[in-house]
Amino acid sequence: MTRRTIAALAGVLGGGLAGILAGAMAGGLALLGTGAAWAQTKSAADGIAEYRKMLEDGNPADLFEARGEALWKRARGPKNATLERCDLGKGPGVVKGAFVELPRFFADTQRVQDLESRLVTCMETLQGFDGAAIARTPFGRDEQNNVTALATWVAAESRGLRFNLPTGNAEERRFYELGKRAFFFRGGPYDFSCASCHGEEGKRIRMQDLPLLTKNPGDGVGFAAWPAYRVSNGQMWSMQLRLNDCFRQQRFPFPGFGSDVTIALGSYMGVNAKGAQSIAPAIKR
Amino acid sequence: MADPMRIRAQMQGDKAVVRVLMSHEMETGQRRDAAGRLVPAWFIQDVTVSLNGKAVLTVEWGPAIAKNPFLQLNVKGAKVGDKITVLWKDNKNDTRTDEATVS
Amino acid sequence: MQTRREMLGKSATVAALLASAGMLPLHAQAAWPQAAFEAKTFADVMKSLGGNAPVESKDVTITGPDIAENGAVVPVGVSTSLPGAKRLLLLVEKNPSVLASVFNVTDAVDASFNARVKMGQSSNVFAVAMMADGRVLFAQKEIKVTLGGCGG
Repeated sequence: MTRRTIAALAGVLGGGLAGILAGAMAGGLALLGTGAAWAQTKSAADGIAEYRKMLEDGNPADLFEARGEALWKRARGPKNATLERCDLGKGPGVVKGAFVELPRFFADTQRVQDLESRLVTCMETLQGFDGAAIARTPFGRDEQNNVTALATWVAAESRGLRFNLPTGNAEERRFYELGKRAFFFRGGPYDFSCASCHGEEGKRIRMQDLPLLTKNPGDGVGFAAWPAYRVSNGQMWSMQLRLNDCFRQQRFPFPGFGSDVTIALGSYMGVNAKGAQSIAPAIKR
Repeated sequence: MADPMRIRAQMQGDKAVVRVLMSHEMETGQRRDAAGRLVPAWFIQDVTVSLNGKAVLTVEWGPAIAKNPFLQLNVKGAKVGDKITVLWKDNKNDTRTDEATVS
Repeated sequence: MQTRREMLGKSATVAALLASAGMLPLHAQAAWPQAAFEAKTFADVMKSLGGNAPVESKDVTITGPDIAENGAVVPVGVSTSLPGAKRLLLLVEKNPSVLASVFNVTDAVDASFNARVKMGQSSNVFAVAMMADGRVLFAQKEIKVTLGGCGG
């Protein structure tokens, strides 16, 4: 097996495996010289792809989708009202297509908002819930579960559509720049930034490929793949939770639910993903 | 009462392909919580699938079935408009029944 | 006064009537087979479910991925092309609870089912068909389980 062949295969399978192979070859492992051993190594990436495909049909995210739809249409809260007049950016009650245009600027709150902070705004104004209390509630509990379910359904209503965040408003452009700064901002005890994992092509952690988020990483990848059901813990993860966990992994402080920095990062990734097809709600390891 | 199941029943040839997603923790009884205490076993033990009210499949499950269980089966002799009912019962004797129409 | 035989005969008829009306669970209200679900080996599971010694067979199929990215959810399928299967079983050899599922086959369904199991580690997975004529046939497949990294 020549280096050129490995490089060509690397193009197909991603840099990580090629790295292993190149290293192994340099180390003179006779094993990789045989075709059979090569077939075994190659099928690891294919095997994972096959596994993921097998789980697509019957995504448990469907269960959260169903709950979200029911919550949208059920009269709840101190005002005993439904969310059916909630404006997600395309007009009151318009859900289809809203997900792929968020985050965006909202005139009534004079803020750029992402899906989840906007849902909480609606829960506050239409249903009378305490938005600050919801923001303080940990993920996976009480009303946060409902926000996650609602976000899952709203995302599902835009499945297959392409991201097209508006940038006409000055605040939207400001938040994009804020998000970019946050993305490259290094801090914490490991001096990590988002870019440490997501700032270069071909990076991975063990078996997880890490998408490059400084540009459109492709259909159904990165920003276009959340909310997602995580099979490893059986949890439905919204983008707010995904960002929260990234911060945790970087050993950053808790970013605050619906905070400016999380919305700004969403703006940065969402605008970069312009044209990418959303597959949310997706299924993940 | 547990969350509703998602049942899809679609004709493929002369059979209905029935796919069910159930909402359930399926705790094995081996897991420990953050405080180190064993989380008690809690899982669906029995599932019955019926076609127009007549049972066509019963299944017994153990805790090795994954959380938010998925089940797929092919029902013979079904036709568009038929009713598929799924009933599950767990080890705490909680039950849930949902139905769908074959399309 | 009925003899025991008469009474049994009558209750069998009633049971048959109820069963055909779909009002009895098909395996006649058998309790959940606790011993089988608590057995720790393939052999012990089969012993507690009765039936003859299992024989490997090309007519039974176990499907699943070669590699599961996460052992929490592994999609598997069990089926047999042979007529006369009464029960199809799904076992994960290295799991603390080896027996995952018992499918009680009827004429109204294909002897073919998909479900998702938890796997604690890479292991052989078995599909077992318990036939009406007493034969017990199985197929096996090794499924590797990786843990994978964080995120994604």
